[in-house]
Amino acid sequence: MVAFHPNENRLNDKPGDPGYEENLAAFEARIARGDKVEPGDWMPDGYRQQLIRLIHVHANSEICGALPEGTWIPHAPSLKRKLALVAKVQDEVGHGQLLYRAAETLGKSREEMIDELIEGKAKYSNVFHYPAETWADVCVIAWLIDAAAIVNQRMMAEGSYGPYARALKRICYEEAFHLTHGYDMCISLATGSKFQRDMLQAAINRWWKPIMMFHGPSDKESKHTEQLMRWGIKLRTNDEQRQEFLKKYLPKMFNLGLTVPAEWNMKFDESTKTWTYTEPDWSEFVSVVRGNGPVSANRLETRRLSHEQGRWVREALSAAAGGRPVPMPPAEAAV
Amino acid sequence: MTDTQWPIYEVFHQSARGEPHVHVGSVHAPDGDMAVLMAKEQFARRQACVNLWVVPMEAIVSTPYEDADMFEHGTDKSYREAFGYETTKRAKAVGDTADI
Repeated sequence: MVAFHPNENRLNDKPGDPGYEENLAAFEARIARGDKVEPGDWMPDGYRQQLIRLIHVHANSEICGALPEGTWIPHAPSLKRKLALVAKVQDEVGHGQLLYRAAETLGKSREEMIDELIEGKAKYSNVFHYPAETWADVCVIAWLIDAAAIVNQRMMAEGSYGPYARALKRICYEEAFHLTHGYDMCISLATGSKFQRDMLQAAINRWWKPIMMFHGPSDKESKHTEQLMRWGIKLRTNDEQRQEFLKKYLPKMFNLGLTVPAEWNMKFDESTKTWTYTEPDWSEFVSVVRGNGPVSANRLETRRLSHEQGRWVREALSAAAGGRPVPMPPAEAAV
Repeated sequence: MTDTQWPIYEVFHQSARGEPHVHVGSVHAPDGDMAVLMAKEQFARRQACVNLWVVPMEAIVSTPYEDADMFEHGTDKSYREAFGYETTKRAKAVGDTADI
């Protein structure tokens, strides 16, 4: 019997280590059989590092995704919408925590991941580097970006790493409410006054580029995909996910009288049953996720401020648990 | 900055009286009481819940996955199973046609 320390089976897990090739072959055969990998199992260091990278970015995206939506909580158009938005933002932050825990089972601490996000050393989804200018942006994020995320997360939930797959199953269950509520909000605007319809279309026009980039670079450019698929981390390519999203949601958008800006040349090719479009500028995507998006600096500043403002709570909890006097909150925390 | 890396508590969720506690995930918390509070926020926001357990991860003793062969049966153990017997047929033969 062993104590439950999930992270420590790192013997000979790099190319060139004794026995690595045999272990790798057995590992890949297990994945090909559809077996799940659990913490404590032998895994190639490359698998571990790819998963840490991916889950860390995913967790950061949940946390940063709460920022554009959180900004709009005080301005929600009704109490019903406000309650739903508060619940959604709480879910996103909860998802971030679930995912940080999943990544921790691979040996990287939550503390490191949170610090790297604040210090601008870790990435998060391209879409949250853009501002939510109007209430309609909140509606578009909740409907179409959550829809795009669900396409990705349902796939990843079938992936080979047990803790990540388990976290994603719970996340997908909760995201179903976000998607439904987002669609509900978009139907309200699309069937509302001319001002509301124009506001929704303007938001779509602003968001279409980030949405088209959401699933990541085209298969022709994506450097990680092949290995991620061989290891059962990813089950479909970026372009396949993008097509699934477009096939399901473009007809729903058109049904609401919405359009896609003409420069995208969105056309359905009957022979291949796929949407064709003007390929996005992937160098822009790379630049945005590296922190050069329209509101990248503001997002990190908000995140850093929030982390600092919560410090007294963390210190108070630690003090109480350690039997020490609980410090008073700083004056500015009382507002 | 090392002020949130508290111990890990594994969380077990019971959806109704009479149901088993099921492992649903884990939380970081400075002590057990806070772990319960964190677990409630994280795992009981939606689905019905009547009871939560939190257990320090360090308290769990586990079998290693690489020794999973310890659970395999070395010999035919069908004699431990109801399906290992053809007793329905034999009971009929002796005149018992009711469920066994």
